[in-house]
Amino acid sequence: MIEVNDLSFSYDGNSTIEFPDFKCNRGEKLLLLGDSGTGKTTLLHLLCGLLRPKSGTMNIAGVDINSLNDRQLDKFRGRELGIVFQQSHFVQSLTVAENLSLPALMSGTEMSAPELQERTLELLERLGVSHKSDAKPNDLSVGEQQRASIARALVHYPSVVFVDEPTSALDDKSTESVIQLLEDETEKAGATLIIVTHDSRLKTRYKDRVELSRLIHNPLNS
Amino acid sequence: MRLSYIARRNLASKPLQTALSVILLAFGVGMVSLMMLAERQMTAQFERNIKDIDLVLGAKGSPLQLILANVYHVDAPTGNISLAEAEKVMKNPYIESGIPLAYGDNYRSFRIVGTEYTYPAHYDAIVSEGRLWEGVFEVTLGHAVASKTDLQIGDQFFSSHGLTDETDVHKDKAFTVVGILAKSNSVIDQLILTGVESLWAVHAGHDDLEMSAEELYASREITAVLLKKRNPMAILTLPNLLRETNMQVALPAIEINRLNQQFGIGAATLRSIALLIMILSFASIFISVFENMQARRYELALMRTMGATPFTLIKLLLLEGGILSLFGTICGLIISRIGLYILASEVENKFQYNIGDLGLITPEVFLAIFAILVGLIAAALPAERTLRMDISKTLSNE
Repeated sequence: MIEVNDLSFSYDGNSTIEFPDFKCNRGEKLLLLGDSGTGKTTLLHLLCGLLRPKSGTMNIAGVDINSLNDRQLDKFRGRELGIVFQQSHFVQSLTVAENLSLPALMSGTEMSAPELQERTLELLERLGVSHKSDAKPNDLSVGEQQRASIARALVHYPSVVFVDEPTSALDDKSTESVIQLLEDETEKAGATLIIVTHDSRLKTRYKDRVELSRLIHNPLNS
Repeated sequence: MRLSYIARRNLASKPLQTALSVILLAFGVGMVSLMMLAERQMTAQFERNIKDIDLVLGAKGSPLQLILANVYHVDAPTGNISLAEAEKVMKNPYIESGIPLAYGDNYRSFRIVGTEYTYPAHYDAIVSEGRLWEGVFEVTLGHAVASKTDLQIGDQFFSSHGLTDETDVHKDKAFTVVGILAKSNSVIDQLILTGVESLWAVHAGHDDLEMSAEELYASREITAVLLKKRNPMAILTLPNLLRETNMQVALPAIEINRLNQQFGIGAATLRSIALLIMILSFASIFISVFENMQARRYELALMRTMGATPFTLIKLLLLEGGILSLFGTICGLIISRIGLYILASEVENKFQYNIGDLGLITPEVFLAIFAILVGLIAAALPAERTLRMDISKTLSNE
């Protein structure tokens, strides 16, 4: 479950971005929709614990992440969250399969090596990139890279999967295919799916959505 | 998959940069290590051979040459001296004992030295096969001579005039091998020992037969005498006593010190160059890790989103620096062995000395630890920046 209340953030200590309250139960899907400059990426980074809020509470998977220290937050992020970034980045010196094993290694997940290998291959197979498991990330097409990064976000059975702008550069057909893939895979994993996007094509698909607007409070101007 | 595997893969993905760092460090460590090995073995050889020889009596000329020729047998002698005059010096009350040496011939570049039993005894050389020489033309071989010439007890050979030349062979007088010495790790190993009389007999002419015993004694010459003093006054008084003769005494300790000082300038220069290369290699490791970190900023931030702590990333970068410096150090130690092997072959061919002990010496262990530690520090400096990395900013500025 995710519950956000009275959340605000300040980059410079003066102007403050305020975010609407929202709630999403385990296994549900939520769309965080907003135009450029509405703080979508900031909100994503706050929810992932990459930024600390100025005020408010964020309860994710039963944990108030504001109460965690840096080390606990790192561990929490590694174990409970899966993140698919807009640009599919990988550790270039490792193969695709090795990149998929990284979250388990970094978060210290208690998966044995054979379990991890089985899970990696299973995901790559389901997402149609198993034939590239031993390839270097640069040898994958953009679509294959996106599917591999979805697989990487799911490999360690996270509670919540955050996806940043998954469809921004895709046509309608590809958008449908990627969203379907994300929904199917998170459902199989029993994870909550949070999509952060400015793509209004997704508006009709999700009844649970939070529309972000540019709500900046600057005390110097008030 | 372990962190060390990722570090190895990261290094392998930049082969040129990695190779440059490793090569620089390997050459730096290799040069320092080679100098340590060569200096250690040369000093050991010098010290072993100089032991208990306080003065060397020989013909006037370069004192250093006198020492190099008669103590270490790596130079030509300064000339010959009269046996009668030399015996007078040996009987000086300030002198405890003397070992006469007479040489001028060789067999396959190994010097044939006429001397007394006190010479092998001085270096604690013991007979491993056969016995010491007794009669004229009987010889006892040093350990290295026996193993390199394959001469056996009972074998005969002809000597050649000179110390290395093998053209002027004394074909009418054959030496017979009667014994082989055990390895003593001293100059004795490289010599063929016989009585002084054998050397005189090789060069005896018709004139010798016509001389009286007194005349013959007066005409006898030797090359040098290794002296042990009874009283320190010997060092002060002997040079004055010999002023009017063709003889001189030289102090091995002083001459070798002088030699070391002269060599020392060159050695210090080489050592400085080696250290400079090592410093450059550490700079290269620093740049390599720094560049890697800069180029992989997003990758490192990505790892943080997967649960890696800042310390995990520091560990990864330190592992990269550690692998570079460990590999460079190992390569350096191998290079120094190859260098020593080549140097030892040269020294052995020229001077018949063995400095080819390739074992690891204690200072090298310290050198290796130092190189690895500094390599780790060079990696730690850029790695420390990961502690201050703003993940959100890095991911946003992709």
